[in-house]
Amino acid sequence: MTSGWPQALAIAAKDLRIERRSKAGFNSVVALGITILVLFGFALGPDAAALRDAAPGALWLAILFAAVLAFNRSYQVELDAGALDALLLYPAPRWTIYAGKLLANLAFVGLLIAIVVPVGIVLFQVTIPPRWPLLLLVVALGAFGIVTLGTFYAAMASRSRAREVLLPLLLFPMLIPVILASMEASKALLTADLMRAAGAWIRLLVGFDLVFLVATFLAFDHVIEG
Amino acid sequence: MTAPTAAPSIPATGRWPWFGAFALLSLIGAQALGLLTSPADRDMGHLQKIMYVHVPAAWMTFVAFFVVLVASLRYLMTREERHDLLAASAAEVGAVLNGLTLALGMIWGRPTWGVWWTWDARLTSTLVLFLIFVGYLALRGFVDERDRRAQWSAAVGILGAINVPIVYMSVKWWRTLHQLQSSPSTVDPVYVLSLRANAFAVLFVTIYFIRRRYEAACIARVAEWRREAFALGGTSGQ
Repeated sequence: MTSGWPQALAIAAKDLRIERRSKAGFNSVVALGITILVLFGFALGPDAAALRDAAPGALWLAILFAAVLAFNRSYQVELDAGALDALLLYPAPRWTIYAGKLLANLAFVGLLIAIVVPVGIVLFQVTIPPRWPLLLLVVALGAFGIVTLGTFYAAMASRSRAREVLLPLLLFPMLIPVILASMEASKALLTADLMRAAGAWIRLLVGFDLVFLVATFLAFDHVIEG
Repeated sequence: MTAPTAAPSIPATGRWPWFGAFALLSLIGAQALGLLTSPADRDMGHLQKIMYVHVPAAWMTFVAFFVVLVASLRYLMTREERHDLLAASAAEVGAVLNGLTLALGMIWGRPTWGVWWTWDARLTSTLVLFLIFVGYLALRGFVDERDRRAQWSAAVGILGAINVPIVYMSVKWWRTLHQLQSSPSTVDPVYVLSLRANAFAVLFVTIYFIRRRYEAACIARVAEWRREAFALGGTSGQ
């Protein structure tokens, strides 16, 4: 894996350019994320204390459900007119495709989070804790784990029959450690964190992200050529 | 990505039916041993007998999924189709054992704990494992092209197996940080012999089932290959 980052960046830039020109995709994913938050509000509210307790769980699930749509989209644009076959002829190692898609999805989901999370903070009446920089770290690590596996599994699911159901079916059970750790770390940081739990969960997130970043990079060659 | 030129071969049945009979008899023997020799448990009475199926099934679930991991890795290294078919067979048997573990655990949990389900670390991670391998089998069902199916499911099988300890650890932390309950897992020595015997019996049954599913998978592949060869206008597979 020496050179190849310029190519990966080019693929990421291409994907993001497509998204920017057809804003409908991003806008509807954001709207869906906010709709899910509102639905969670109906399911759990209107009591303010109950909403505040449930806020980390509701927010992470809203992010997950909205992000899944982004992952399938990122390969769907390649399926039209045999674009993927052309991409495979690209004079670069195969992992650059994965790296490019990963970077584009990170930007997409990062932007999604930047809009959905503040809305959630307002809707669920969350008070910003003094240790908010750590909370940002948790959000970044959690999102990274979700995007890594999401990008990888979407490479398969988007090219199978029944991709709408297959991607979440494969992805959600695999993401349980990330979701659990992100929720628990967020919950701990939003409260006083008397049990000092946040540190352990953050370490778990770092471990998960590293293990699956390496594993998906190694496995991607086998997944894309089929 | 090379097209298959030679017909895939069907493995010889050989002495496997005898092994199957042996596995069945050892299961009957081990169950009889467990039912007849072990005394009623102080707290659970004869409910304890469910352990002789539940615990071996749980162990063999992990054996089966370990076979999936090894066969998937070997497939990616060698690209020999038999490893893919073996991984698929082991995943099917593992998913059945996993489902059996969960169902029996619930039947056992209801009278002893008073609930069908509790969010205990082991229960929850066993359920997550089941979901991961249901996804694996669904992927196999939804991908028709042979090379794709083999490579993709190998990747999914390997990542799923990597995730097993991480899932267990995260769920365990989730439970212990909440300080609720731990699972009772000490076994009295009078039950150990029967438990061991049943574990071996279920292991034999698992091996036999995987073998039979493997043979069936090979036969299905040969049928698929012949259909393809016929459609392409070539000679039949012989």
